[in-house]
Amino acid sequence: MSRPFAVLLPFRPGDGLAGIAGHRADRRAAAGLALAAGLILVHAAAHAATAGAKPAVLETLWRWTPFLLGGFVWNIVISALAMAVGTALGFLLGIAQISQVRAVRAPSWFATQLLRNAPWLVLLFYCMYLLPFQLHVFGTRIGIPDWLKAAFGFALPVMAYVSEIVRGAIRSIPAGQWESAEALSFTRSQTIWMIVIPQCLKRMLPAWMNLYAIVTMASVLANVVGVSEGLTAAREMLAAEQRVELLLPVYAYVLLWFFAYCYPIARATVFLERRWAVAH
Amino acid sequence: MAAGGTMSGISGDAVVSLRDVHKSFGATEVLGGISMDVGRGDVVCIIGPSGSGKSTLLRCINALVPVDRGEIVVAGMTVTSPTLDKLALRRKVGIVFQQYNLFPHKTALQNVMMAPIHVLKRDRREVEELARQLMRKVRLSGKEACYPGELSGGQQQRVAIARSLAMKPEVMMFDEVTAALDPETVKEVLTTIRELAEDGMTCMLVTHEMGFAREIADRVYFTDRGVIVEHGPPKELFGSPRDPRTREFLEHVL
Repeated sequence: MSRPFAVLLPFRPGDGLAGIAGHRADRRAAAGLALAAGLILVHAAAHAATAGAKPAVLETLWRWTPFLLGGFVWNIVISALAMAVGTALGFLLGIAQISQVRAVRAPSWFATQLLRNAPWLVLLFYCMYLLPFQLHVFGTRIGIPDWLKAAFGFALPVMAYVSEIVRGAIRSIPAGQWESAEALSFTRSQTIWMIVIPQCLKRMLPAWMNLYAIVTMASVLANVVGVSEGLTAAREMLAAEQRVELLLPVYAYVLLWFFAYCYPIARATVFLERRWAVAH
Repeated sequence: MAAGGTMSGISGDAVVSLRDVHKSFGATEVLGGISMDVGRGDVVCIIGPSGSGKSTLLRCINALVPVDRGEIVVAGMTVTSPTLDKLALRRKVGIVFQQYNLFPHKTALQNVMMAPIHVLKRDRREVEELARQLMRKVRLSGKEACYPGELSGGQQQRVAIARSLAMKPEVMMFDEVTAALDPETVKEVLTTIRELAEDGMTCMLVTHEMGFAREIADRVYFTDRGVIVEHGPPKELFGSPRDPRTREFLEHVL
């Protein structure tokens, strides 16, 4: 596991600056994207000249790209599943938080606060050990793979955050909406599902998308509990190549993938926030 | 107005009847023993300074606010009974609020249709026909597909009236419905209410529009600090108020 860390070489400014200068003209993308790309290119350029018999860094990265992407796909799968499960459960938990029944409201509040204030990694470990590796349903064994357990592990904090997002959005709906619904004889659950929640969706979406980006980035934590994903793939690649000069480019490359995936989500969130800011 | 005919024998024919109604919020007494009777087809206006409990009074009548003491009977149903069927009550009493409170995610027509479909479980096509008819009645034909945000305050308020009417109530209550409106749109809302009254709808209005109250009401109640100071036909109450408090209030607003 700790193999590559012992031999980190110092950064060589001469090569690095030349690399940056050489590619500056081509930079068109957003500043962050350029930075990530730059990191890779610096090293690619630096080592392309000196590599000798070994293939160039860029070439190596390119060759390993399908493998790295194969790992990265698991980050998306795990985070998407965590969001789906966490959102569904969090929705119910959030609505339970505004229940008129204290016996429903109090435990929902407690569960929300507990999960929201727990380190994600601890929740992840908890789920890995809590969930069995297989289930017996009517005599059939259904295996629960580790990535699925990890997804549930991430679903717990997601559930708590969604619960708070839902509760906050519901509370932001003016009291007059509840009053007029009540005056028209809507039941409380009709009022919630037909009148309040539809108005909440717009208010919740930016926060929800933000959460999604955060969960995607956090999904590399699954690596710590032994689930294969993007970071695992990167480490496996480094272990196979045994080349110190690949260390930074490979991690930068993985970073770039996350950036390319999460940045558009962040942009879309800002766009939606701005667009819907004034609408009621 | 049909004032003369309904003035006599009110108690026997009352649609809304209140007896010694008390209500406090914490230490503040908002209603300090209100008694009144509203006959079928009557138009009653409640006037008085802000904070005199007028809005609370209306909210007590359709059980949005529970009372502390006293009795309220609406269309034969005892509102103050612990076994009250709130749903049945609210079908008989419509209320329109100062802030319209339309559902912003639904079109005007959908706003009108929602309650009859989901609360009364009536047939969608039937309800749509009724809703379009009501939109015509409040003079908003052509605005059916508009969202509340696309309508003026006066138009929104008229949609709110249509929405309430779609439940086919026996009594309509209006809680300062023109107070939040631009002056130029006040008139169109008052016209709608006037037409309702002329159709024989029992109406209770909390209003600051004294001219309108004078014109439309069969009876006007002046309330101050939770009690009815005096009441009578508008001509009497506005023309020759007996109580000094009424006189003082009218001097301020007229």
